[in-house]
Amino acid sequence: MLKGYNFLGQSINTGIRLSIAVLDFPKRQPVQWVPVVINNRCIVSKRYTFVLTEGGSHIQRQAQFQQLGLVNILAVARESDQYLQWQNFIPMKFTCLSRGGGFHFPPCHMVNVSGFRILFDCPMDLSALSIFSPVPTGFDAEVDVKVSDFQDSSSSSSESVARKRQKINKPLDVNDLIYAVPWYKTVNNLHLWNVSFIDIVLISSPMGMLGLPFLTRMKGFSAKIYVTEVTARLGQLMMEELVSMHMEFRQFYGPEGSSFPQWMSWEELELLPSALREVVLGKDRTELGAWVPLYSAADVTDCTQKVQTLRYAEETCYNGTLIIKAFSSGLEIGTCNWTINGPKRDVAFISNSIFLPAHAMKFDYRSLQSNDIVLYSDFSSLDAMENVEDDDGFSIPTTDSMSTLSTDNNNNWEELVESLLYTDDSLEEQEKLSYLCYCAIDSLKVGGSVLIPINRLGTLLQLLEQISASLESSTLKVPIYVISSIAEELLAYTNVIPEWLCKERQEKLFSGEPLFSHVELIKDKKLHVFPAVHSPKLLTNWQEPCIVFAPHWSLRLGPVVHFLRRWCGDPNSLLVLESTLDAELALLPFKPMAMKVLQCSFLSGIKLQKVQPLLKILQPKIVLLPEDLRQQTRFTNANSFSVIHYSEIASIRIPSLKDNSEVEISTDLALQFQWRNLKHENMTVTRLKGELSVYHGKQRLLSGSEQAKSSKIRPLLHWGSPDLEKLLNILSNIGINGSVEQCMGNGESEKACIVHVHEPKKALIEIGTSTIISAGDENLASKIFEAIDKVLEGI
Amino acid sequence: MAIDSLVLGAGQQVGKSCVVVSMNGKRIMFDCGMDMAYHDHRRYPDFSRISNSGDFDSALTCIVITHFHLDHIGALPYFTEVCGYSGPIYMTYPTKALAPLMLEDYRKVMVERRGEEEQFTSEHIVECMKKVIAVDLKQTVHVDKDLWIRAYYAGHVLGAAMFYAKVGDTAMVYTGDYNMTPDRHLGAAQIDRLQLDLLISESTYATTIRDSKYGREREFLKAVHKCVAGGGKVLIPTFALGRAQELCILLEDYWERMNLKIPIYFSSGLTMQANMYYKMLISWTSQKVKETYSTHNAFDFKHVLNFDRSMIAAPGPCVLFATPGWLSGGFSLEVFKHWAPSEMNLVTLPGYCAAGTIGHKLMSGKPTKIDLDKNTQLDVRCQIHQLSFSPHTDAKGIMDLVKFLSPKHVILVHGEKPKMATLKGRIHSELGIPCDDPANNETVSISSTHYVKARASDTFIHSSLNPNFKFSKSISEDESGSCLKDRRFMPQLQVTDERTAEGILIEEKNKKAKILHQDELLLMLGEKKHEVRFAYCCPINVSNLEETKSTSDNVLCTSDRCSWLQLLNNKLSGEISGGNIQDFGEHLQVESFDISVCLNDKCPYRIIDTQNKSEAVFFCCTWSVADEKLAWKIISIMDNFDCESH
Repeated sequence: MLKGYNFLGQSINTGIRLSIAVLDFPKRQPVQWVPVVINNRCIVSKRYTFVLTEGGSHIQRQAQFQQLGLVNILAVARESDQYLQWQNFIPMKFTCLSRGGGFHFPPCHMVNVSGFRILFDCPMDLSALSIFSPVPTGFDAEVDVKVSDFQDSSSSSSESVARKRQKINKPLDVNDLIYAVPWYKTVNNLHLWNVSFIDIVLISSPMGMLGLPFLTRMKGFSAKIYVTEVTARLGQLMMEELVSMHMEFRQFYGPEGSSFPQWMSWEELELLPSALREVVLGKDRTELGAWVPLYSAADVTDCTQKVQTLRYAEETCYNGTLIIKAFSSGLEIGTCNWTINGPKRDVAFISNSIFLPAHAMKFDYRSLQSNDIVLYSDFSSLDAMENVEDDDGFSIPTTDSMSTLSTDNNNNWEELVESLLYTDDSLEEQEKLSYLCYCAIDSLKVGGSVLIPINRLGTLLQLLEQISASLESSTLKVPIYVISSIAEELLAYTNVIPEWLCKERQEKLFSGEPLFSHVELIKDKKLHVFPAVHSPKLLTNWQEPCIVFAPHWSLRLGPVVHFLRRWCGDPNSLLVLESTLDAELALLPFKPMAMKVLQCSFLSGIKLQKVQPLLKILQPKIVLLPEDLRQQTRFTNANSFSVIHYSEIASIRIPSLKDNSEVEISTDLALQFQWRNLKHENMTVTRLKGELSVYHGKQRLLSGSEQAKSSKIRPLLHWGSPDLEKLLNILSNIGINGSVEQCMGNGESEKACIVHVHEPKKALIEIGTSTIISAGDENLASKIFEAIDKVLEGI
Repeated sequence: MAIDSLVLGAGQQVGKSCVVVSMNGKRIMFDCGMDMAYHDHRRYPDFSRISNSGDFDSALTCIVITHFHLDHIGALPYFTEVCGYSGPIYMTYPTKALAPLMLEDYRKVMVERRGEEEQFTSEHIVECMKKVIAVDLKQTVHVDKDLWIRAYYAGHVLGAAMFYAKVGDTAMVYTGDYNMTPDRHLGAAQIDRLQLDLLISESTYATTIRDSKYGREREFLKAVHKCVAGGGKVLIPTFALGRAQELCILLEDYWERMNLKIPIYFSSGLTMQANMYYKMLISWTSQKVKETYSTHNAFDFKHVLNFDRSMIAAPGPCVLFATPGWLSGGFSLEVFKHWAPSEMNLVTLPGYCAAGTIGHKLMSGKPTKIDLDKNTQLDVRCQIHQLSFSPHTDAKGIMDLVKFLSPKHVILVHGEKPKMATLKGRIHSELGIPCDDPANNETVSISSTHYVKARASDTFIHSSLNPNFKFSKSISEDESGSCLKDRRFMPQLQVTDERTAEGILIEEKNKKAKILHQDELLLMLGEKKHEVRFAYCCPINVSNLEETKSTSDNVLCTSDRCSWLQLLNNKLSGEISGGNIQDFGEHLQVESFDISVCLNDKCPYRIIDTQNKSEAVFFCCTWSVADEKLAWKIISIMDNFDCESH
């Protein structure tokens, strides 16, 4: 059967040629193309007229349609390249493609809402870069040897193979790293999908955008990409920085060949130490396909041109059906959570969120309220748990505090929960920063330098403020350098986006102060910003000891490598690392390390004990939670929502909550209603006839073109059994008389009878389980019908 | 339901914009401006019309301010701090940041220089601004459960916005001041295509059509350049915000290009401070300006220096921005007194100066002597350049916006009465949209949209989305003749798909109305369907029936029956246009109308006595009430049909 379809809700002008692609569902491959010309101007979503230019009778064609067993039909306007979808009532499905890992590698999901496929985030795993060696320096003779050594071994000298084989189980050595232009690890499971079937991509953070150029450069990719204005800008900067840092490898190793790199051959992979091999292949040894060579600067530009930017709480409408909005998540400046509202589904997507960040606008969870479904995708508490195992400095969060809350039913309950949500996370973070500054000052005092790989934007901005303040109070005169190709623009940009910042920063706008103090620091020449290590001005300006902020946090790319090589032997210097990084592997190329290393972790999402109070406030009906959270969160029975746990790659069908959807009826249509009372308790009914249109995610019934043509609306459907006596009475009142002939129905117990009408004309009424009126002229037949209508119930 | 718009200010005039709109139980005040031409109670809108009791908190849901100009915000501190309104106030981030400067500047001029009684204090301004909630462009803000508002870029000054407000199904836009063409530092107004019941638009230039702004900007620059090249001094009296930054960007750019070294001064620290705000708010400027923020923020004026009072009499050329605008007093007037007597100097004035100010006097005619007050007279020999660029849309822009939004109703404010009347006529006659231009304190009442909400079953939605194809053969006129010749002659099939949503709406007490598909109703009621059909056995006269009968041995065989039907089918196809007659061999069907040849001589539906039974073939017809009209039409065709067999 042909199902309903929906043409974008746009009007198509005269003469546009359409081709309707008849698709075989579920393969979605065109079976046959039917060219169609739209020959009168019309709103397509409502009504249209077209001409089939191919021959054949309509019945044949209909039969053909039916033979194909169409479930899904796509109509494509070729000239305007408009993508029109015959929309279907497809059940909602959720597939977690990757649970990600930590702040820099957010999760990635595919969700099917109202027949549209939505991809949440397109990240890449930059921590996997650690299997590669950083660019060997020309000055370092030792490294040169290593390279030549490596080249020897690659020419499959059996001796070196044997030597390497022995190494597999030994502790890692710097020579185990891969000396080649790095490839990049994307979300493996995303490659299983045909990108041309993705309708929408929602990007929640700059980290979730890093893999996007891989998608946008693919042939057939045509999805609409939504991202907040700031995430788009920051994401672009991060991608450009990555490309420029990657250039250094290209320059060293020469241009990449088109073929597979040597290290990806199975023979080489077998020789890799198990720790590295696991990074390459993943735990189940299936992830080799996830590795791709990096995109180019042109790919990045092309990608950023394809995104549609949004502001927080801006409404955007996809295909007239889905209303999509982004709300602040608090993780970073510009990061967001999403709500997607369709005629039948209201979905909230929660990415890593922070309630009270010190720089970005706070987690706007109130705007996520009153959605039926919550897709909870904040894995940060799990990452934190993993860290707890090897770190005693943290206590395992418990949900015990919640048990008392869940039984509390008074009116202040919500306030109570909210106060819990806003507990002193920010204070804790503040203490971490202060400790970090304290350690930095300590190192500087003994003449060492401080190297801080640029990790998160928020941390960078706050550290610049805090460290400079600490320097001020310690009366140390030490320069701060930020060395990155994008640093100047990044720092300037953070000072022109007050709308995206927390309340405290916004207050600075209103009182006319710069939003971040780095503006003043640069002006006072306390902070120096350079695009690269070899910037001439840096060389003249250079002064040690100093504090250096430089990318990249993986310690494989960018200026940070140079500084680390410079200071790794200095026991007075300090390196600050994020604790999620595998420090052993990350620091391998810089061994032996005399430099002090401070590893610290910052909050990167919702704490475990806050999950439940948050969900209580959001009041959804269904919550999708990561499987791994199952053990950690014990949900009390008092919950009003049901929980579905999900794990990687397993698709989950989300049960339908409503079997009916909201429809708005226009006033002029409503005025045409002719109500009838039913015998059923207090029920009134009316027939309604109009046109259904979808406008901005709302279904509307408007009065159709043929309205009010028939002023007299006849009931078309009857039920009940007629009372013969009453009928005869009514008939005689309007001058129709006749005689009754009882007869048995066709063997049925129901009595049947025939009324022979003599007056005014001959007519006949057969009454049984159904009624047949036979009369020679229209008027009489109609009068009899009216009489029958009165003794039956009908509409 | 109705939307009531009470115009408290800017009704058939420019000044003290203030419109109070009531819709679906919510009441929003758009703008709260003051009229600078008056110094008595007339400067403020007549707030007593909102609430007699003075309980403004319950009378108003919220206040929305479109931009920081005094004729849009000037009365706000008075209204909140003196009149006591303490509800929410919404404005964009730049407006919230810049409004206090504007208000404070004005307060100082009024109180310190003109010596007037204080209408509101500095503390009042601070307290007032605390009540303000800043909004971003396009951000959907829920004021309360039912009312939400959204700001759109208006391009008039930094942070100027049009506001969209929606309560239930009723929606409106209040434009504030806007500009439909981009200028050097601001972009053009931008708005989505919205479904609106009401549009309230400014109409400053209700009848003017303006050419490109660049020409007028060039004129200004040439005048300035000519003056300083001749060693003269240029005085630009402005208010702290907006025009000062716009002109300064122009001059900076020009200085850079022409490599000029002549100093540009700002008279007070206040304007320099304002530049700080502009730098942070650069994303609200034009595309061109904001793209350069990282390398050089356009509001980081390189050539601008601070001006000191002692420099008034210093020799040499310079350009000076001095507050307040219009030469209404204060420092700008002080400088004017010194510089006006020299014909080498130049004073620029905006297109509009409030009545009673020196600026206004200079603009009306070319006076050589100006009365500063009762006792002093000033010789004016300097040149006067009138800036003719104003960040308001012209008549074309207004018409474009009205056409784009196509609201159900338009109200014009913020303009001059006769010009507004002309524009009103155009909107009505050219666009067919009813339009009003109420005077101050008048109320305009219009009806609002309302939708009836109901839940609809899936089956109903499915059935309304189902294609409803109707087929008819036709030769498409789109196709060229040659095209047809190339192919075999092939009649094209005209397919129409007019979908109708047909269902049954049920209302039960205390329950939301529900729409069901017809088939679902009986299921819900638990009743059995009782079908009511019509039947009629219709005779058709056949002249040569006997002949046929004889050959087929008095029995009509199946093939004969079919041939009768075939004849009838041909006849009906000719007579019924657009109807789809389906031939099932034994019977024909048109919609629910069913015809078959009747062989039962005692058919109960042979209602009419036929004279000549032998010469008739009977066709038994049944139909349901839905096709009543069609049925009788077919029967009448059949009655008049004389069947010629073979």
